[in-house]
Parts: sequence; C-alpha cells; structure tokens
Amino acid sequence: MIFLKLFWTFLKIGAFNFGGGLATIALIQNEVVEKHGWLTAQQFTDIVATSQITPGPVGINTATYTGYTAIVNAGYSEWLGILGAVMCSLSVILIPVILMLIVSKFLLKHKDNKLVATTLSVLRLTVVGLIAAAALLLVSPETFGTYASSPAQLFVSIGIFAAVFIASIGFKASPILMILLSGVAGFVIYGFIV
Amino acid sequence: MPKLIQIFWSFFKIGTFTIGGGYAMIPLMERELVDNRKWVSREDFLDILAVSQAMPGIFAVNMATNIGYRLRKAPGSLTAIFGNIGMPIVIILGLATCFSFLQDNEVFESIFKGIRPAVVALIAAPVFNMAKSAGINWKNFWIPLVAAVLIYLLGISPIWIIAAAIVGGICYGKYKERKEAQV
Repeated sequence: MIFLKLFWTFLKIGAFNFGGGLATIALIQNEVVEKHGWLTAQQFTDIVATSQITPGPVGINTATYTGYTAIVNAGYSEWLGILGAVMCSLSVILIPVILMLIVSKFLLKHKDNKLVATTLSVLRLTVVGLIAAAALLLVSPETFGTYASSPAQLFVSIGIFAAVFIASIGFKASPILMILLSGVAGFVIYGFIV
Repeated sequence: MPKLIQIFWSFFKIGTFTIGGGYAMIPLMERELVDNRKWVSREDFLDILAVSQAMPGIFAVNMATNIGYRLRKAPGSLTAIFGNIGMPIVIILGLATCFSFLQDNEVFESIFKGIRPAVVALIAAPVFNMAKSAGINWKNFWIPLVAAVLIYLLGISPIWIIAAAIVGGICYGKYKERKEAQV
C-alpha cells in the first residue's frame, strides 16, 4: 500500500530532518529515489528545481511534489496524487510540530544546555556529509546524459554544472537565477544548436 | 490577543512571497512579526530562531509553530502553519498537474536538460560553506567524510547516520561534561 508507505517514510524523514532545506532534499532523495525507487533521479532533480523557484519552504515544496509524483508513478489518478501530496507535506511536519509544541509550552531554550549544543555541532557536521552524498548520488546518466547516447549533452551538462558550481561558490549567485539561466541555456542549446 | 485571521494573514504573506526556502523568510518574518505586528520582541525572535534551527523539521514551519503557540496556543500554531505552507502547496500542485501534461513536450525537455546539472551543482556547492560554518577542522573532518562514504558507497540510509550522530553527540557531550567536572 503505497499511501501507508509514503506516510511512514515522510514521518521518518521529518523526525530526522536536522539542518535545513538541503538536508530535507538529501533525505527525501535517499528514501524515495535510492531506497524505494518511487521516482527516477531525473524526476527528482526536476522537482528540486521547481521547488527552489516557487514560493514557500523548499522542504515542503519538495515533499508535496514528490508525494504527487510517487502516487501518479504508481498508476493512480492525478486526484489521488494531490491527496498523496497533501499527505506527504503533513506527515513530514507532524513529528517536528508536536516536538515544537512541547518546546513552546515549556519555553525550553537549547542554548542554555551544553549537551544539546555539543550534539547539534556533531549533527551539523554529519548533515554536511549527508548533502555531499546526495549530490554525488544525483550525478547520474539521468541528470547529465551519457557519452554513448549524446556526447554533446554530456559536455553541455558538465559545462553547466561547472558554471553553476563556480558561480555559487565564488560569487554567491542566487540559486533561483542560476536555475532560470540554465533553463534558458537548455532551451537555446538543445532547441537550436545541438 | 491577535485574531486567528490576523495570524493566518501574516504567515500567508511570509510563506507566499518568499522564494528560496525557509531561511530566505527570516527578514520578512522579522519585519512582519517584530516590527509591524509587534507580536514578539527582537530578543525572543532570535531565541525562537535558534530553537527552530536546532529542532528537527522544516525551519519555517517550526518558526510558525512556536510563534503561533505564543499568540493563541495550539489553534494559533495550526493557523500559522497552514498560512505559511498552504499557498506554496497549492502552487506546487498546480505546476505538478500542468507539468505532467508537458512531460513529452520537446521545449520543456530541453529546458530541464539544462536545469538538471545545475540542480546537482546547487546541492554540491553549499556543502563547502556549510562545512565551514559547522566548524570543520583536522580533528572532526572524518565525521562528514564517513557519513558521505557510508551513504554513497555502502548505501546506508541517512536516517541511521543521523540517529548515530545524535547518540554519538550525546555520548561525546556527556564525556566532555565529565572531563570538565574533573578539572
């Protein structure tokens, strides 16, 4: 039953989701693409791109869109897809919201506690590895193309990857702008040149 | 005490008019909640920010949960959350249904062929800045390295890695406490 499995998967993702939107993306990628194969790597990158250029928290957007696509991929109707999308968005925040309500009720402040601070510093380092692994896993024929099927696409992909990588590390370019520009590049290069 | 509709409207604006994720919402949240509405003091706002980052979950939703609770208890929380994520969900669903019709469209495919490698770069690039702000050094760089290797090469679920990091972090914290107590 894919609805139950999706609910459980996003419940887990929410509970272990430390370290911001990219960590959410890394967790969803691993569970949904690598472990369960509900989505292809290609579908997932398209979803991440869309989630970053539309309003709202990136983690929520990714969860919503992933839920929809997983249900539709499994052969259900678009309406059930919408239901699955809403379910995933809610299950990913369920446990954090309950924990947050407890924290708000008792006015807990983490910074007073050294043990919490130490644990968080270890978690932050771990999340860096998590995101690095997600990036590596997404370097695939589905996202870059292959030399065998189209050498041109592979070279263009590597070029775009390098340009965006350098622009964001060296010049702190806006991710939204980078996505829009590479979309334009894709439109021009694959539509008119290659 | 603010009305639920006011809470909804404030968080609706914050959620609907920021592109670029939770952290991009901070300035808008501060202006709306601290300066305009005066629902929280700047000091409290920074405390809530720290707690929301430390807790698991979606940062913006954690902020909404906490501030909503301060204003109107649990109903306030729920109102703030749905105000914050309601419109983004509707927009994504609208796009998702449109895109499923465009899937085989050539122009659409060309655009996304260009975007896909960019997305991978946008996930990879922040890793370096995050490592720096997480305080990476020669003693601890093995932590992200081992995490990445276990996930990438051995296919271990990141959930287990995070669980291990929590247990490891607590043990290390306890060890540090004991050591400091001895000195």
